[in-house]
Amino acid sequence: MATTQEIREIVLKYVKEEYVEDEDQVVDFSTPLISGGIVDSFSMVSLKRFLENKYKIRIPDHKATPEAFDSVDKITRLVESFAGVKN
Amino acid sequence: MKTTIPSNIGSYEARLKDFSWSIAEKELGYRPGDDINIAWYCTDRICKMGKASKTAFIWEGLGGAEKKYTFNDLRLASNTIASFFKGLGIRREQRVCLFMDRIPELYLGFLGVLKLGAVAQPLFSAFGDESLLVRLENAQTTAVMTTHKHVNKVRKIREKLPHLKHIIVVDDQGKKPLQAGEVAFSLEKAEPVEDFQAAATKAESPSVLHYTSGTTGQPKGVRHVHYSLISQYLTAKWVLDLRDDDMYWCTADPGWVTGTSYGIIGPWSLGVTQCVLDVGFSADAWYQFIEKHKITMWYSAPTAIRSLMKAGEEVVKKHDLSSLRHLASVGEPLNAEAVVWSQRVFGLPFHDSYWQTETGSIMITNLPGMKIKPGSMAKPFPGITATLLDLATFEPMNSTGKVGLIAVRPGWPAMLRGYWNNEEAYKKKFRNGWYLTGDRATIDQDGYFWFVGRDDDVINTAGHLVSPFEVESVLLEHPAVAESAVVSKPDEINMEVVKAFVTLKPGRQPSDDLQLEIMNFIRKKLSPLAMPQEIEFTPSLPKTRSGKIMRRVLKAKEWGQEIGDISTLEND
Repeated sequence: MATTQEIREIVLKYVKEEYVEDEDQVVDFSTPLISGGIVDSFSMVSLKRFLENKYKIRIPDHKATPEAFDSVDKITRLVESFAGVKN
Repeated sequence: MKTTIPSNIGSYEARLKDFSWSIAEKELGYRPGDDINIAWYCTDRICKMGKASKTAFIWEGLGGAEKKYTFNDLRLASNTIASFFKGLGIRREQRVCLFMDRIPELYLGFLGVLKLGAVAQPLFSAFGDESLLVRLENAQTTAVMTTHKHVNKVRKIREKLPHLKHIIVVDDQGKKPLQAGEVAFSLEKAEPVEDFQAAATKAESPSVLHYTSGTTGQPKGVRHVHYSLISQYLTAKWVLDLRDDDMYWCTADPGWVTGTSYGIIGPWSLGVTQCVLDVGFSADAWYQFIEKHKITMWYSAPTAIRSLMKAGEEVVKKHDLSSLRHLASVGEPLNAEAVVWSQRVFGLPFHDSYWQTETGSIMITNLPGMKIKPGSMAKPFPGITATLLDLATFEPMNSTGKVGLIAVRPGWPAMLRGYWNNEEAYKKKFRNGWYLTGDRATIDQDGYFWFVGRDDDVINTAGHLVSPFEVESVLLEHPAVAESAVVSKPDEINMEVVKAFVTLKPGRQPSDDLQLEIMNFIRKKLSPLAMPQEIEFTPSLPKTRSGKIMRRVLKAKEWGQEIGDISTLEND
């Protein structure tokens, strides 16, 4: 299983590639994604699917809340809670 | 305990007896044959009424960024934008697309376009380049007003749009050079234009072009006229019960009709202050916004209400929401649980309202003071003759409890005047002297309408219509897809979401990664709304003997309904 830092990097790269429309927008590990309007509730489904495919996990719908997906760091914590992680 | 104030409409029954749209005409000071320009009514007229310094618009963005505009600011901004458009050579009735997030320029630009006499074509900023292309191509749009964030999507399709002469970027910082045909415009830096003669548009002059999806064919441009103001003004006053001292919040995006009819025209023609929150959804942020701005009237959508319900009641208790006095909802049928929940949590029920892009204004609704039956859209607005037509004969049904097609007698002021470049589709919307909504309902013994569902395959997701045809067409552009069928599937929050059944080309294998790849392909080409939330790979699709894919068979399976007649189904 990936380290926390590896997950953060991979998720950030994916978010930037897939969801950030403004090429000048700075997005880091703590940038608000849902409340910041970068990822909407519909797109969140594809982000969740990416995490599940990538880390071979299953995130129950009740855990996939806008709050849990609101930054790369929060997403990383969510992924870690469903998978074994090396620190 | 909320204080009861008499509603603007007063008695519904009394209004039915003496109703005439001339009530709105008189209040607006309009006489048949006069010029009527929506932007003038929303800005100059309000200033002339002595409200120039009244706050018209409070906008809040990410991180609490805030901008405020008075009605005089609206007047000057719309003058300035209209003057800028005129300087570019944009003429009356040409289409100007507004393609932005919910920033102030979207609202002010809308007024500027109308003031010039051009046609405002707002498009949802989450649309991908394919969605944008078909809509700009169909409307033969002359100019697109957009932002740095979205300009690349326009650039991508620019060469395919010979009618597109101008791309106006409203937030250009000069970091990168603009391309040919692009021009920067900054409302903050532009010299305010004190005097601009609003175009002398007439009742039937085109005003707004909103696109909507159908079962077949490409999206249709719904053409509205300046006279729509009459319905929008009166319904905002009577249904939303807007008053002079209200702080009004309409959560809809002006990329869709609610965001223009009741997010711009309705409140501002009444001289009411409205607030806009331009951030992604968060229950805490929404309640915070209500508390901070002391929102009194809140017009939202069932999907948002269900999302708030999901967020729980603890977050509600953190905020003082006592300013709220009236709540209404639109977009999809409002489920009974949501009405009961809002009564318990806010001390007020959400009042469901029913209408469409084509109707331009509210048709059937729970009016203030009317008995609410949770789950029902209630009764027609005064002046609206609505009925149910028999599904086979298209004749009005007189029995209660039986499912029929919701139909409205044509003639209300905000009714569509046509589909852009599609007269044939427009004609199909009328039968036996009735406008056909495409929705099914029942009526109870008290005359209350109860929504049943669509009469076609169009998917209503979070209050927005998605055409299965449009999604299927783009799916075929994906290199792995051989055939597809797109249907709705039930969803707890969004009512319906998009599901795609896909057969793959030889040599391609189903996988989780391919599923995600196809989802993202649709999301970027069309929009997140149109992205299938589920893709099911299947070896074949059910077809008629003539080769037509039978969506209804797949849809029935998703909804746990009976499949019905399958005598024409092709045998494998």
